[in-house]
Amino acid sequence: MGINSIVMVKQVPDTANISGQVMKEDGTVNRAKLPAILNHEDKTALELALRIKDQYGGKVTIITMGPPRASDVLRECLFMGADEAYLISDRKFAGADTLATSYVLSETIKKIGSYDFIFAGRQAIDGDTAQVGPQTAEKLNIPQITYTEEILEVGKSSVKVRRKIDGGYEILESKLPVLLTVIKDAAFPRPFKAKRIMAYKNAKTLLELEKLTEGNSLLYVDQLKEEYIARGLYIKTLTMDDLKLDETRCGIHGSPTKVYKVESVVLAGGNHEKINPTQEELSRLIVKLMEDHILG
Amino acid sequence: MDKLNRDVWVFIEQRNGKPADVSFELLAKGRRLAENLKSRLISIVAGYNAKAIAEQTFHYGAVECLLIDHPDLEHYSTLPYSRTIINLVETYKPRVMLFGATIIGRDLAPRVASHTKSGLTADCTDLQIAGIKYLKKDYQDLLLQIRPAFGGNIIATIISPDVHTQMATVREGVMRMEPVAGSVNGKITSVSFIPDESDKIIQLIEQHRQESKVNLKGASVIVAGGYGMGSKENFRMIYELAHTLGGEVAGSRAAVDAGFIPHERQVGQTGVTVRPKLYIACGISGAIQHRAGMQESNKIIAINNDPDAPIFSVAHYGIVGDVMDVIPKFINVFKQKLR
Repeated sequence: MGINSIVMVKQVPDTANISGQVMKEDGTVNRAKLPAILNHEDKTALELALRIKDQYGGKVTIITMGPPRASDVLRECLFMGADEAYLISDRKFAGADTLATSYVLSETIKKIGSYDFIFAGRQAIDGDTAQVGPQTAEKLNIPQITYTEEILEVGKSSVKVRRKIDGGYEILESKLPVLLTVIKDAAFPRPFKAKRIMAYKNAKTLLELEKLTEGNSLLYVDQLKEEYIARGLYIKTLTMDDLKLDETRCGIHGSPTKVYKVESVVLAGGNHEKINPTQEELSRLIVKLMEDHILG
Repeated sequence: MDKLNRDVWVFIEQRNGKPADVSFELLAKGRRLAENLKSRLISIVAGYNAKAIAEQTFHYGAVECLLIDHPDLEHYSTLPYSRTIINLVETYKPRVMLFGATIIGRDLAPRVASHTKSGLTADCTDLQIAGIKYLKKDYQDLLLQIRPAFGGNIIATIISPDVHTQMATVREGVMRMEPVAGSVNGKITSVSFIPDESDKIIQLIEQHRQESKVNLKGASVIVAGGYGMGSKENFRMIYELAHTLGGEVAGSRAAVDAGFIPHERQVGQTGVTVRPKLYIACGISGAIQHRAGMQESNKIIAINNDPDAPIFSVAHYGIVGDVMDVIPKFINVFKQKLR
C-alpha cells in the first residue's frame, strides 16, 4: 500500500546569489548568466514527501514543467530519493503564467492518477508568486494547506499540519488527498546519496536520448528508450499532445497576465551629503536634525 | 463595453475579528482606481459579526460592502472562503479585485483566480489605470500592475489585457491608509452563505496568534542594522543608538538571516515598509529589496565602510566609516547636545 506523493518542482535562476560576473556594465543583471538551480523550497517539499515514504512506504513522483535542461533538477530529485520523474516540456508552453502552468500541471497529475499528497514549495525564487500551488489544487478540486511548517501526524485518510499564519501558527487537519505548499523552515533537505548519484546520473529524458541518436545511424530512439526504461533510467517526457491538452490554455495563449514592460533596476547617482565621522561634523549633523525637528 | 461591470473590489481581511491594515491601504488605492475608471469601490467582507468592519470600510471610500456574515466564516478557511468569493466574482464580474499579499491573501487569491480564469499578479508595489498599446492593439483603462521581479533586480509592469477581471495582491505597508474626510455613507448588501459539505474537509484544530509588540510602521525614528554589523554582540550598539534617540530597532534581511535580529523587525520587500522621520542604516549595503522598504523615509542617514554601497544612493547623509566606531561617537555627541 503505502502513501503516494507527487512533488511539483521548478528549475529557477539563482537570483539570491548575484555575483559581479552576472552584472552587466550598466549595472543591470544578465539573467542568462545566472546558474539554474532546484528551487530551495521545492527541495524542502521533496524532503517532506521522502520522510512520509520512509515511514509509511509508497512512491514519490516528481513533475516539472520547463525547458529540456530542467532535467538537471529532476536528476537531483532522483539523487535525493525520488522514485520517478516527469519532464513536461513543449515549445507551446513558452510564456506560461501561473494560470497556464497550473493547467498543465493539474492535467499531468490527473494523468499520473492516484495520489495522497501533492507537495510544492511555497514559492519559486524567480517569480515569488506562490500561486501555482493553490491554482493547481483548485483545478484538481482538492484542498490545500499553504505555508506548511510541519507535518504533525499522517493518518489513514487524513493529515495534521502546522502552518504559518500572520502573527503565529495554526494546526489544521485535512482529509486526503491534499496539496501542501512548504516553507523553507519545514525541514532540512537530505544530502544526495552517493549510490543514487552513481545510479541516476545517467538518467535521461526523451529529448536527451534523441540527442544521443543524432548523427549515429546505429542508434534508434525507440530502442534506446526501451533500454533506459528497463534500466530504470528513463525520465518520462511528455508534450502537449501526449497530455492531450487544450492549446488555448497553454503557454502565452493560456496566460491572462502579460509582461508589458520590464525595467532593470539601475542605481541612481546619489546626491547625499557626505559627513566625515568626526566629532565636529557629527555634531553639525545632529544640530541640523534637531533644528529640523527630525531628532530630539 | 458599457454594460460590463467596471467596479473595483477589495477583499477585506480580518483576523480574530480585527481587520488588517493592508485592507484599508488597498481601499485608499482602490478609491483612486475607481475614480479613474469612473466606477465604484466595493469592499468584500467575510466573517462572523463583521458588520462593524463593513461600516469601517466606508470611512476609507467604499460605497458599498458585500457582507457575508456567518459563524462558519469566523476564521479564515480556504475552501468556504474561496467558494464564496468565487460565487461573487462569477455573479458580478468586477473589473478589478485586490487582495493583501498576506498569508491569507496569497492563499485565497490564486484559488479564486484559477477558478474564474482571471489574471492575477502577486505582490504588487504600485497600481495604475492607463490606456496602452500592446501588440499593436489599443486598450483602454487597463490596470498596470507593477512589481519587483527576479529577486528585485527588475521592475515589471504586468497587464491582463484580454480577461475581464484583473486581480492583484499588494504588499502590506506600500500604499498609504487614507480615511475619507467628512461624513460617509455606504450601503451594506448582505450575501447569504450556504454551508457545504466540502467546508469540513479541513478542520481548524487550534490557532495561536500574537499581536506583535513591535511597531515599526508607527515609529518616527528607526535605527536599522545589517549584516555589516558583524555579530549579534555588535548589534547591541543598534539597540543602544535607538534607545538613545527614542527610536525603534530594525534590520535588513541579511541581519535577520544571520540571527542578529528577529524577523518581525525586518524592513524591506519581505518585511515591513516604513516611512519614519529618520532612518539610520548601519552596515546595510542596501539591496533593492531593502531600499524598497525604507526609501520613502523623510531623512536617511547611511553608515557604511564601503563608499560604493548602494544604500548611499537613497541616503540624504552618508557617513563612510566603521559602524563600531561611528555609532558610539554619534551617541556621545547626541547626549552632549541634549544636555
